[in-house]
Amino acid sequence: MLVDRKDNSGSESEPLLQMKGLRIEGLSESGWQEIVCGINLELKRGEILGLIGESGAGKSTIGLAAMGYARDGCRIFEGEIIFDGIELRSASESQKRQLRGTRIAYVAQSAAAAFNPAHRLLDQYVEGPVAHGMLSLERAKEKGRALYRSLDLPDPDNIGERWPHQVSGGQLQRMMVAMAMSCEPDLIIFDEPTTALDVTTQIEVLKTIKEIVVDRNVAAIYVTHDLAVVAQMADHLMVLRHGKLVEVNSTGQILKSPQQEYTRNLLGARSRDEKTPTQIPNPQTLLSIDSVTAGYGKGPDILQDISILVERGQTVAVVGESGSGKSTLARVITGLLPTRSGGVSFQGELLPAALNQRQKQQLQKVQMIYQLPDVALNPRQRVRDVIGRPLSFYLGLKGKEKESRIKELLRQIELPENFIDRFPDELSGGEKQRICIARALAAEPELIICDEVTSALDSIVAKAILNLLQRLQNELGLTYLFISHDLDTVASIADQVVVLYAGRIAEQGPKSAVFQPPFHPYTRLLLSSVPEMRQGWLEETLSSRETQAGIAREVKITEKGCPFVERCPVSIEDTCAHARPPIQTTASSGHTFACQHSAKVLLEESEQ
Amino acid sequence: MKHILKIVAQRIALGFLTLFAISLIITFGVELLPGDLAQAILGQAATPDAVRVFRIELGLDKPAYLRYLDWLGGMATGDMGVSLSNKRQISELVGIRLSNTLFLGGFAALVAIPLALALGILAALYRNSLFDRSINLVTVTSISFPEFFIAYVLILFFAVKLGWFPGISNISTELSLGDKLYRTLLPAATLTLVCVAHMMRMTRASIINLLSSPYIEMARLKGIKPMRIILRHALPNALAPIVNVIALNLAYLVVGVVIVEVVFVYPGLGQLLVDSVSKRDVPVVQACSMIFASVYILLNLFADIISIVTNPRLLYPR
Amino acid sequence: MNNFFKILLSAPFSAKVGMIIITFYLVVAIFAPLIAPYGEYYLATPIAYEVWSSDYWLGTDNLGRDMLSRLIYGARNTLGLALTITILAFLLGGILGMTAAALGGWVDQLLSRVNDVFMAIPSLIFALLILSIFGTSIPYLIGTIVILDATRVFRIARATAMNVAVMDYVEVARLRGEKLGWVIRREILPNIAAPLLAEFGLRFCFVFLFLSALSFLGLGIQPPTADWGSMVRESSTLIAYGDITPLIPAAAIAVLTVAVNFVVDWMLHRSSGLKDVS
Repeated sequence: MLVDRKDNSGSESEPLLQMKGLRIEGLSESGWQEIVCGINLELKRGEILGLIGESGAGKSTIGLAAMGYARDGCRIFEGEIIFDGIELRSASESQKRQLRGTRIAYVAQSAAAAFNPAHRLLDQYVEGPVAHGMLSLERAKEKGRALYRSLDLPDPDNIGERWPHQVSGGQLQRMMVAMAMSCEPDLIIFDEPTTALDVTTQIEVLKTIKEIVVDRNVAAIYVTHDLAVVAQMADHLMVLRHGKLVEVNSTGQILKSPQQEYTRNLLGARSRDEKTPTQIPNPQTLLSIDSVTAGYGKGPDILQDISILVERGQTVAVVGESGSGKSTLARVITGLLPTRSGGVSFQGELLPAALNQRQKQQLQKVQMIYQLPDVALNPRQRVRDVIGRPLSFYLGLKGKEKESRIKELLRQIELPENFIDRFPDELSGGEKQRICIARALAAEPELIICDEVTSALDSIVAKAILNLLQRLQNELGLTYLFISHDLDTVASIADQVVVLYAGRIAEQGPKSAVFQPPFHPYTRLLLSSVPEMRQGWLEETLSSRETQAGIAREVKITEKGCPFVERCPVSIEDTCAHARPPIQTTASSGHTFACQHSAKVLLEESEQ
Repeated sequence: MKHILKIVAQRIALGFLTLFAISLIITFGVELLPGDLAQAILGQAATPDAVRVFRIELGLDKPAYLRYLDWLGGMATGDMGVSLSNKRQISELVGIRLSNTLFLGGFAALVAIPLALALGILAALYRNSLFDRSINLVTVTSISFPEFFIAYVLILFFAVKLGWFPGISNISTELSLGDKLYRTLLPAATLTLVCVAHMMRMTRASIINLLSSPYIEMARLKGIKPMRIILRHALPNALAPIVNVIALNLAYLVVGVVIVEVVFVYPGLGQLLVDSVSKRDVPVVQACSMIFASVYILLNLFADIISIVTNPRLLYPR
Repeated sequence: MNNFFKILLSAPFSAKVGMIIITFYLVVAIFAPLIAPYGEYYLATPIAYEVWSSDYWLGTDNLGRDMLSRLIYGARNTLGLALTITILAFLLGGILGMTAAALGGWVDQLLSRVNDVFMAIPSLIFALLILSIFGTSIPYLIGTIVILDATRVFRIARATAMNVAVMDYVEVARLRGEKLGWVIRREILPNIAAPLLAEFGLRFCFVFLFLSALSFLGLGIQPPTADWGSMVRESSTLIAYGDITPLIPAAAIAVLTVAVNFVVDWMLHRSSGLKDVS
């Protein structure tokens, strides 16, 4: 329940938090280096300031500095930090300790890591107020349960008795927000609180944060790299880069008329570039996934009856959140996980289910690029070995021929030739990912599976990688199977889209058809959960019916019936829980979805 | 609740399986000797008659599995056979020695464990301080010295030069507790020195590891006092690794005891074992080995079970 | 190569001292016949336990042999044996450990279970058992200690290899169709070399101390071969007279072990990459 913001303008002219000339340095292998270089900041009571930037911008460090805290390996060596008249750098440890948790609170990125696995959740909630002598134990517990109730957590009276590992990610994050509120602080620092969550889970946490901050007139610093998210939450935005200020202004101004080029780049990277679908004259089926069902060990079926056709020269995007089975799909296609029924065919030939039964040529034709370039490259191998191995292994290249081909590939991925002797730790994240792409290209494949290849990269770098992939597809006629959870990325690169939910295909078809009504109810929830870069989007979405039905529920894999039934606003009692949803078609060719309702009915629903 | 009982039961079963496997190795190790055991041991005295008698004594005339079952049954009821060298009941020999060894081991453990834990925790808290660095130096040297070196150094200073404690620890049941403690002080001190060094280092390492956990930082950001953070946040999670360290070191003590008993001529099980090995008194060696191995395995089992039952993830699964 | 020497020079004082000591021992062990004033078994005088003099720098032992020479030859014998055993144990445990990590599945289960059983036996007890049955000949000694030590090496090789085996770059190699041997040699091994090297140092210390303990008990290297453990045993009665002679071979053992530990400590500290900010 979102209440209108209280008017703050005249009451307190003195800012709650001020930072002047803040400088922080961090210890690395090559000595002390400045990570925050002279930041000035002002925050009034009840205001929300967004700190936005890419990795290495120093935003988390600044957020922690607001509490007078520096991580191990960092130290604040210059500047003033004034909280409500108290200068924090010169304050004693004891003074700082009294402020932390009581007047300034912190919400970490990963709730699973921040909660102590050895204590119950409610006990950790009451620790703050009780240890600081603000409330009695009983009173604190009562308040905690009341807070859980007002945040719409399930079973609010008893959920506090659970252990952190027993609660889902979204709920845990909300309980961490609740814990931050336990002493009713004046300022809360949110450090990337929703970065690790799915979009449909993210919404419930954003709702919680906004309610708490607005209702109780708490000031907040919101640290994130996601412009669309912070646009929903903050009054003012501070754009940071490499520890320096780029631009600071009200949110509206930054979104409408950014002054600096870097800010414009950030906005541009996040905006959705719809790709015009490529037209293929003679469509040729390259990969065919036929009624595949698969699972691990003796466990349940992770994938159920999946059928996908990938045509040559196209990009088929597989969209899903956690629990959808998309990573399992990649493993089935590459042969790391055998199917329980159904099969995978490549160029008309059925591929042997297990990796070790496949021929070298079959392996060569399908290459994969991974999400984390740090882990996908052997730290002890130089670029020439990484790219050179597939060249010698598959194509038998040697000596000068091999060397020149490596250089050619480096040019194709837009890296200088002298990178050939570098080690991975001498490369940036984006450069490492390009090397991974070159490694895949070296094998001269027909199909490349991209498994969340841009999810771990900063948005500007990610955009560059997507552009590269698109260019390579145009030049070399490559086919991509693009797995992602990020709809904006998918929109900019896909021709066909497959939406996975709980191991089943909810909807699939040409991108334009899938992203327009009529929608499968899950697709609709998914699309409406993606933050748009305008203020007020959050409030709109939360009031819509599908969001209210769909958020704050877990993904359940079911044997019979529709797995989405508990979160669906249009589910039919009994039928949807027991009967498998049939495949429906729409007016667009090749567009199908699995639902009890027909396309016509859903179209009417979406117009409401 | 059921889930965790199952895990514990599995672990206990594994422990017994290991004991079983070791008992097999101990009894049938003898089989592996190329040639004949009787010949090998009797050597020059291996007349055909002597060999025959020897074989009957050792039960080598019976088929292997019968021999094993006999032996197993014997171990379970306390009849461990007869010593080859002095024809006495092994259980007699072992009984008193075992209690002496347990006394010595217990004495050392009671001093070593609290000392090691305290030093380890302090060293972890004041990491890289002068205290930590000097303790580190002392312990590195301590674990590098062979036990007999430490033993002889102690004897040299405290027994010979200063004359404070006896160099040979002869104890018997008639002595008072105080007297016993006085005579076993030097051997216990040797054991303690080595054990404290190992345990302290392992404790320090696990506490340091723990202190870098994100939830510890979170506690600091909640403004919790450092002492409370250690006691309420770190310690509950440190229980399992620390118990592990203690059990591993107690198991190590079992082995260290042997050397110390030899140096100080202490009438314990270790001394008996070594003597029997040089006399090639196989039944005694088997019995002693079985006892040592069982204690070792049981201690490890205990450590594993503690780390299972202190893990909330296992106690309360999702 | 340059990089290597830079790293060596950046070591803390204790590690540098350690490396110098180790080099010294190695030189003595290798060039023993050239350095020792008398032969290893040479009965120099009929007087046992002679005092330290200019002829016999450290006096003589219980049979009238020169202590100093015996000490020098002891370096060669004990060090040589300990090194041999450690290398063999490493090969056995290392290869099995990496294979178990790379293959996983039932192979891993089987090897790990067998390893657990062997690890559950206290080493000294097991060694004593074997020695009492087979006698104290060198091959049996080597075999026993190699098997016992290989279990510890297996465990750490497997653990570190498993950390590497779950990395995507190993999966990349497997998906390419690379054979197991290639994956172990080129993907896994280079990345576990550092912790394994540290473990080698630790294992060596353990083997070295263990051998000395066995010899001290009279069950290891047998006289007349010069060996530090048995030298302590032979001269142990002197302690009662306040003579420190028995402490000398014992100190020789201790000093080498300390030196190796200092170096290993430094290596572990480097590879763990802990940030030490006071």
